[in-house]
Parts: sequence; structure tokens; C-alpha cells
Amino acid sequence: MSGKRDAAERIHDFLEVDTGLSENNAVLEASRCMECVRPKCIEGCPVNINIPGFIAEVVKKNYAEAAKILKADNMLPAICGRVCPQETQCQGRCVLGKKERPVRIGALERFVADWEREQGIVTPEVGKPTGKRVAVVGSGPAGLTAAAELARYGHSVTLFESLHAPGGVLTYGIPSFRLPKDIVREEIDQVLKLGVDLKLNHIVGRSVPVDELLAYDAVFLGMGAGLPSFMNIEGEGLNGVYSANEFLTRVNLMHADKFPDYDTPVIKGKKVVVVGGGNVAMDASRVARRMGAEVKLVYRRRMEDLPARQDEIKNAVEEGVEFICCANPTKILGEVAVSGIECVKMDMGRLDESNRPVPVPMTGPDAKFTLDADVVIEAIGQSPNPLLLSLMPDLERGRHGTVFVNTSGMTSILHVFAGGDIATGAATVIEAMGTAKKAAAAMNEYLTKISE
Amino acid sequence: MVYEIEKATQIADNIHEFWINAPQVAKHGKAGQFLIIRLDDSGERIPLTISAVKGDSVRIVFMAVGKTTKQLAAMKAGDCIKDVAGPLGNPSDVSNTGNCVLIGGGVGIACLPILAKALKAAGNHVTGIIGARNEKLLLLSDELEKECDELVICTDDGSRGYHGFPADILKKRIETDKIDAVWIIGPAIMMKITSMATLSTGIRTIVNLNPIMVDGTGMCGSCRVTVDGKMKFACVDGPEFDAHLVDWNELMNRQRIYPAMEKESAELYAADPHRQDGINGHAYGHADGHGHGHGHVCTCGMSKANNGKTGNGVEN
Repeated sequence: MSGKRDAAERIHDFLEVDTGLSENNAVLEASRCMECVRPKCIEGCPVNINIPGFIAEVVKKNYAEAAKILKADNMLPAICGRVCPQETQCQGRCVLGKKERPVRIGALERFVADWEREQGIVTPEVGKPTGKRVAVVGSGPAGLTAAAELARYGHSVTLFESLHAPGGVLTYGIPSFRLPKDIVREEIDQVLKLGVDLKLNHIVGRSVPVDELLAYDAVFLGMGAGLPSFMNIEGEGLNGVYSANEFLTRVNLMHADKFPDYDTPVIKGKKVVVVGGGNVAMDASRVARRMGAEVKLVYRRRMEDLPARQDEIKNAVEEGVEFICCANPTKILGEVAVSGIECVKMDMGRLDESNRPVPVPMTGPDAKFTLDADVVIEAIGQSPNPLLLSLMPDLERGRHGTVFVNTSGMTSILHVFAGGDIATGAATVIEAMGTAKKAAAAMNEYLTKISE
Repeated sequence: MVYEIEKATQIADNIHEFWINAPQVAKHGKAGQFLIIRLDDSGERIPLTISAVKGDSVRIVFMAVGKTTKQLAAMKAGDCIKDVAGPLGNPSDVSNTGNCVLIGGGVGIACLPILAKALKAAGNHVTGIIGARNEKLLLLSDELEKECDELVICTDDGSRGYHGFPADILKKRIETDKIDAVWIIGPAIMMKITSMATLSTGIRTIVNLNPIMVDGTGMCGSCRVTVDGKMKFACVDGPEFDAHLVDWNELMNRQRIYPAMEKESAELYAADPHRQDGINGHAYGHADGHGHGHGHVCTCGMSKANNGKTGNGVEN
């Protein structure tokens, strides 16, 4: 089985928690695959990797071939092997899961990708140059996937990133103990080796005006859901209140955990309260633990309703994060800086369409309670970044500020396509990659058509 | 790519003017907007207002007060900055409104030339009022003489021009002239106090806010300010706002989140400017993303000077 470092050890560093499968265990695990005639796992994968195909090569210890099969559909296998919610996707569909446990597809994907990285990566071939110029906005999971696909079709791709480093949420959001940054970097380098021209520090809409963007033969929008939501309660302006985005960006992108070796500061906190129940809340909690804080996580529904991955909840519990469920903040306390947070207990009402109870604030003298805190981190969701969209009034918008797209990722502007969180609202890395891959295929079709 | 400093000049006491080659910023930068710099791999991202643009070059003006700005001040023409991103924020509304008064305090004066030029080009009559503690801290007055129809200089100690604050001049002008719009750019406390002069006049009064930022693109919310009771992000909703609707106390409080760490960082830099060379000798690539590798790929001498200010408010 793949190993996991002890919580007592791992809360003192940012090294990877999951240590992966050994070669022997990988081959054993791979040999469990039933090689179904109609494999359900492929349907469960948003980028439709030939899963039984690569697993069969692992059984034969033919890892290079396994890597080639993976990369035919997914240029970021080491990343996906680590952060995909396989339990609800490929592994969730595995027939073995009905009787015993499913094949650990994610761990195998990671094993193959890590093996290839150690041996020296083989860059896939790219198609004959088509002479078409394509702009990709945002170098997160969606943008990287679209860029890789389009480059492989033979188009000339310019990838714009507003930050000083590529990767989007892979770089600024997901902590290194879940996704080591050298692995992110190496997989991004693979995409760049396909001939993608990366332009950092370019804010599309500002450094690249909309008319310049629209002058490309086709455009892919993959700006993500970067705008953090706040609770709109009293005290959010106090020092020590962070959005999870800010807290994680300071640490993951700017290395504030290593201040003063790095210049960016962050308040590490002695008592940190994290609000929210998703993967981002788990990440923020576990980062705060690693910087030495006592961490309480406040979530408005029940423990079993937490939207985060089960494994990550388990990791957070092991690392000493205390979960306070059925509670919601009502006020952040303090004069200049945070001193505490007032919460109200929540009653669980009738089930909503997602089959989770609707939380209802309790009333009465015992309904409210206060937690001491010097840092409060809000991880309650993100919405699409409006910076570029506000400058493109002709682009039809979807729900909650997203870009409206059809099933192929086409927007209301003929040669503009979109994928990832900007089109779907906040979702997972692999879902973003799935929509980007579809959009890239539609873009290729469009570009082929206009050159005829 | 990296961003070469083309010209580095000290223009007032502890205040520096740098021209930086950053085509993507310079070509599209307008009045009211800012850029974000990161000096090197160990560096923080700090916002600085765009003071002028010319061809592929952009001008910034800053006071060397913290670690990053001191490190920047130690750099020379020919040295390179690792990252320059921008332009960011919404440009100023420079449509023709009539009589405009532009007030600059301290380093905030540096934001006025580009604004005055744009307002004049749109047909406005522009009066500049600039103030500093003393003559040695005044900057860009010759340039502003040219860009404004009229320029009034104030010093707190009377060492040059009017002995007093720009707010005094503004109050007098409100009584004698018809003023259609006022811009006030400077330290938060100066903007707060000066904007009181127009409070009951109905004159549109705009300030350019300078909270702490990280990404500058709406991603982190560090720069949130309360305007008219609503949370706004200075980076994407601003940086300009109606002066009379800003929660100044919250802004000033949020500019002082990291005082102890800023001090520590500046002291460590003063003691050993090369303390972080190890980190910066192993850079991940250049701004074009292809320079992945070890050792310093830049030939510009950047590695010698290492570092600025930890706070990261816009240095207006």
C-alpha cells in the first residue's frame, strides 16, 4: 500500500504526506484490475484516460508505455494522481468497489508519472504547424490543458498568466504537502516543451487589451474562480482576517512560512479559526497547523456533510485540526486585530436538493458561543474573476458571474471558448481539465474549418 | 524576460525615480493605474502607482522606507527587476468635466503628472496643489508646472511656497472658483483630512487608495476596503474611490498589519544586504518561463542587490 507519513512528524514540515506506491505494490495493485470489456472507470474520468490500458502496462512493468498512454489524454498525470477525487470519479466506478475495494487508480497514475519523471520524461510529439495563433488566458489546470492540447494539434499557442509563476491554483492554492511544487513545475515544463509560449506578468484585459486578445485566431478563457467570497459579517476588516486564497497564496506562492528568508509576511497565529468545509478549508487548516497554530474549523453542517475529500478530512483530523460542526460565525471580535469569533449553533433543517440538511441558526440564550482566535481564515468559496469579463460586455454570462458556454466550451463570441472554473463555477482540478480538453477539441475543429 | 532599470535617480530626500523597461505595462498604462513589482525570488510583491509612461518604459517613484524599497533604491541603471506586472486597476475617468484640482501629498505627488496630462488633453483646466513636509521632500514640481495650467506649492514648514497644507489652498479655491472635480493622492491620513474640505460642497472628490496587496488581480482580498458600507477590492474595484465614502480608519488600520515583521525584515537587510543571495542564486526561470535552471541566468547584475519593504501598500 502507499505509505503515509505519521501526523506527529508531518505537521512540522511541508513535505508530501502521501509517499506513494513502491514498484512491487504498484504492480500488485495493477494486477487487481479486471480489464472490464466496458470499463466504467474511463467514463468516470473527466479527461477519459484509457485507464485499463495504462494499468495493463504497469502489470507488465512497461512503465514508459503506461506513461505514454496516460499522457495521450492528460499532460498532468503526476498532479492528477495526487489531487483528483478518484473516489468519486474513476475509482468510484470500478466494479471491484462493489464487492471489495476499487483499484487504486490515482495511486497508480501517480506511480507511473513519478517513474517517468525520474527516468527522464519523453515529450509527446506535436502536430504539423497549422499557422493558426491561439491565445490561452490563465495558466491553471484549464489553461495548461487547453494549451497542451492545442499545441499538440499544431497550433501556435501563447499562454498568458497574470502572476509571476504559472500553475494557477496548483501553484498558489494547493499546499506542497499535497502537491509538491517541483512536480507542478516539471509538469508545466512539459507543456511548455510542446512549444507553448508562456507570458508571465501579463494581465489579459490590461497588459493585453481585449482587441489584441480577440485578434488571435481563437481564444481560450481559463481565468478560474479566483475571487474570494467573504461572509459579510462584522469584523471582517480586522487585522488577522484572511481569505483562504490570501493565506494560501502568501504561503504557497510567496513562501511566507519561511519569512524572513522570504520577504512576504503572514500572521502565523497561535489560535486559528478556519471557516468552511471544503478542500480549501482543509488546506488552510493544515497549513496553519504546520506553522504552529492550534486550529479549529467551523462548519455550518454536520461532519458527514463536509464537502472536502474524505482522505483530506482524515488527514486534517490526524494532524489535530478540531472540527466544530453545525455552527456558523456571526461576528469577528477585536479592536484592531482579531481576538475571537462569535458563532451561532445551527439546527439541521429539511434536506435540500443536494440531500444535505439546510442549516438554520438556533435562537435562545445558549445558541451563541465564542472562540478565542488571533487569525480567522474564510474558506467559503470563490467566484469567477471579473477583471477580464467586465471588459468584454459582449460576452454572454452564465450563472453566478461565469462565462456562458455550450457543451463544447463555445461562448457567445464565435472564436472565443472557455473552460474550467470560469465556465463552470468553482470545481475541481480535473473537472477544469476535462472542460478545457473538450473546448480545445472544439477550437481545433473551428480552426480547421476556417483554414479550409 | 526580466525588466531592466533604464534610469535611476534620487529626486528628493530618500525619494527615487526609476524608469523601467516593461513594454506590456508601458504601452497600456494610464493615469490612476498601478503595477506590481517583485525584485527577486525571495521578494514580496509590492504595488506602485504608474507615474508616467514613454514608449516601452514606465516610471515609478518611491520612498525608501522598508526592506523592498530600500533594496530597490540600492539598484542602479542596468540592473534588472525579476517581475513587473501591470497595468492594474481601473484607469482614472479623465473625461472633460471642467475645472479639476489635483492635490498631491508626499510621494503621492508622483501620481499627478500622468493624470494632469490626460485631463488637460481631454480639455479640462487643471490646477495642481502639491505639498510636502519641507522643500527637500518636494518632487517633480518642474514637470508639474508644465503639465498643469497652474501649480501651487506648499510646505508644512514654509521652506518653499505656501506655508501650510494643500487643504488650506483647496478651501480658499472652493470659495473663489467653480471646481468640478478634485483628486487627492497621498498618505491615507492626508487624503482623509484633505477630502473633508469638499465634504459638504458636492464636488466630486476622488482618492487613489493604497492598501496592502498581494496579487493585485482580485484573487486574495487583502486590499479590501469599505466604501459606502460595502466591501470593495482596491485592486479591481479601484484603486480610485469617492473620498467621502471611504472608511478611512479601517484602511489605515489595515495598512499596519505587519509592523513588527516589516521592521525585522528591514533590519536584517540593513545588517546584511546579501543575506538572501542563496535563494536568489537558484532562480526558477525568467519571466518568459523558459529559463528553468540553476545559477543566475540574468546578466544584468541583479544578484548583487538584494531586496525592499515588507509592508506592501501602494507607494503613492
